[in-house]
Amino acid sequence: MTSIALNASCTPLQVRDLTVVWRGHPAVHHLSGTFAPGKATAIVGPNGAGKSSLLTALGGGRVDVSGQIRRDPSTRVAWLPQAAELDRSFPLTVEDLVSMGLWRRIGLWRGVGADDRARVADALRAVGLEGFGARLVPELSAGQLQRALFARLLLQDADLILLDEPFNAIDARTTADLLQLLARWRAESRTVIAVLHDLEQVRAHFDEVLLLAREPVAWGPTAQVLQAEHLFRARRMAEAWDEHAPLCRQAA
Amino acid sequence: MDTLLGPFAEFAFMRRALVSTLALALGSAPIGCLLVLRRMSLVGDAMSHAVLPGAAAAFLLAGMSLPALSLGGFVAAVLVALAAGFVTRSTPQREDASFAAFYLIALALGVLLVSLRGSQVDLMHLLFGSVLAVDDAALLQIAVVTSLTLWTLALLWRPLLLECADPGFLRSVGGPGAVVHMTLLVLLVANLVSAFQAMGTLMAVGLMMLPAAAARFWVARVLPMCVLAVAIGAVSGVAGLWLSYAAELPSGPCIVLSAGVVYLVSVLAGRRDGIVWRRLRRTVHRTA
Repeated sequence: MTSIALNASCTPLQVRDLTVVWRGHPAVHHLSGTFAPGKATAIVGPNGAGKSSLLTALGGGRVDVSGQIRRDPSTRVAWLPQAAELDRSFPLTVEDLVSMGLWRRIGLWRGVGADDRARVADALRAVGLEGFGARLVPELSAGQLQRALFARLLLQDADLILLDEPFNAIDARTTADLLQLLARWRAESRTVIAVLHDLEQVRAHFDEVLLLAREPVAWGPTAQVLQAEHLFRARRMAEAWDEHAPLCRQAA
Repeated sequence: MDTLLGPFAEFAFMRRALVSTLALALGSAPIGCLLVLRRMSLVGDAMSHAVLPGAAAAFLLAGMSLPALSLGGFVAAVLVALAAGFVTRSTPQREDASFAAFYLIALALGVLLVSLRGSQVDLMHLLFGSVLAVDDAALLQIAVVTSLTLWTLALLWRPLLLECADPGFLRSVGGPGAVVHMTLLVLLVANLVSAFQAMGTLMAVGLMMLPAAAARFWVARVLPMCVLAVAIGAVSGVAGLWLSYAAELPSGPCIVLSAGVVYLVSVLAGRRDGIVWRRLRRTVHRTA
């Protein structure tokens, strides 16, 4: 069953003069632009470039931001953070974990019906975890847990999907399988924004790239952004924060 | 069988002690399981100190009135729990540190307040009773708290587990994480405080935490863990009461030590991760 996310194309996700601050230093510095609706955008850049901070801000996480994030309030957002606050030792079954994705439908008290159970089973099959429903989270490997989290994302049926380094420390087969899910989301016109390190993956699967080195270096179609001169410029960003830097007086 | 049931059949105070112990086991074992899973196992003991400033303030205001002292103690403990919960949710500080901080503040405040009157009266002894002296009012209170606890846990079971397992996700979908978290803390305080009065701090915290800690060595999932903890608590209660009657020993420590024996057996021989089983599993395994 394919569902087309119609809302996302109407009001794209926009940032205006966005600065994410961490203890007085800018993790993301005055970023402005629009994320292509219904397309897959990759955020790349050197370590410490503010990629995770940006995604956290977009996902509504606890960060200090100034500037604006504009988005249709009815957009359904699904966010997969890098080091999830998931307690990996808590004895939740895989089925329960994935069923969390149905929150919007079942909320606090409505029971998980046969329909919903079928959806959960479909999602598990889509990520290659068929039959894992009864297993407990502490028993899963890193790759299996990541697949389960993707299954949960599938069930959330979101218009905007934010992925923070989703393929870190995951084996090649799992990565390939999950990239297929990405292709499915692109076909369904969902907006996907992912932080990635592997530029080959980006070239193969993403329409647009935001090259970030605290400040935006380049933002646009993949082929145009991932050029040597841009990459070189990004690499020259200083990783450490300057304790003696002056206060920023840049006008909005 | 006669000798086992004897003391309970014969004496009303023994029957009351038994009923209140079983009710305590029923209400606080599930909470104990959740505390163990959230690594909050020492919070019960901290709460037994957090009641002091409330009781002291009530004493200063209303004198030696047991209901006033109890209410004051309950309010103080709830404030400590909520303050610690709030700090945990709005700052990077973890639950164990925020609880430690606030219970110590409360304890010091309580000691200060007690010293103001200059009296030697030990408020804590007045506040914390013994299971063999449970009267009808205390029994009713425990029954009400237990029923309220079970009903609330059943109602909030799903968000409670989600809040324990993946609070970040619950927050991102707008789930009632804070309300659920605070509700758990209030239930915890209610169970402990009403049990303190009836049975003393040792028994209350012991019967909440030991069965939960032991249950972990037999089952993995949360609901079976809670059910098993209730069973262990009930069995420890019966065994401890019987032992205290037969050997004329104080009942509270007997009950907690019975639970302690079950715990030690579980650590050694528990089917799931018990020491003996782990040794055996090292040498024996399946082909796939």
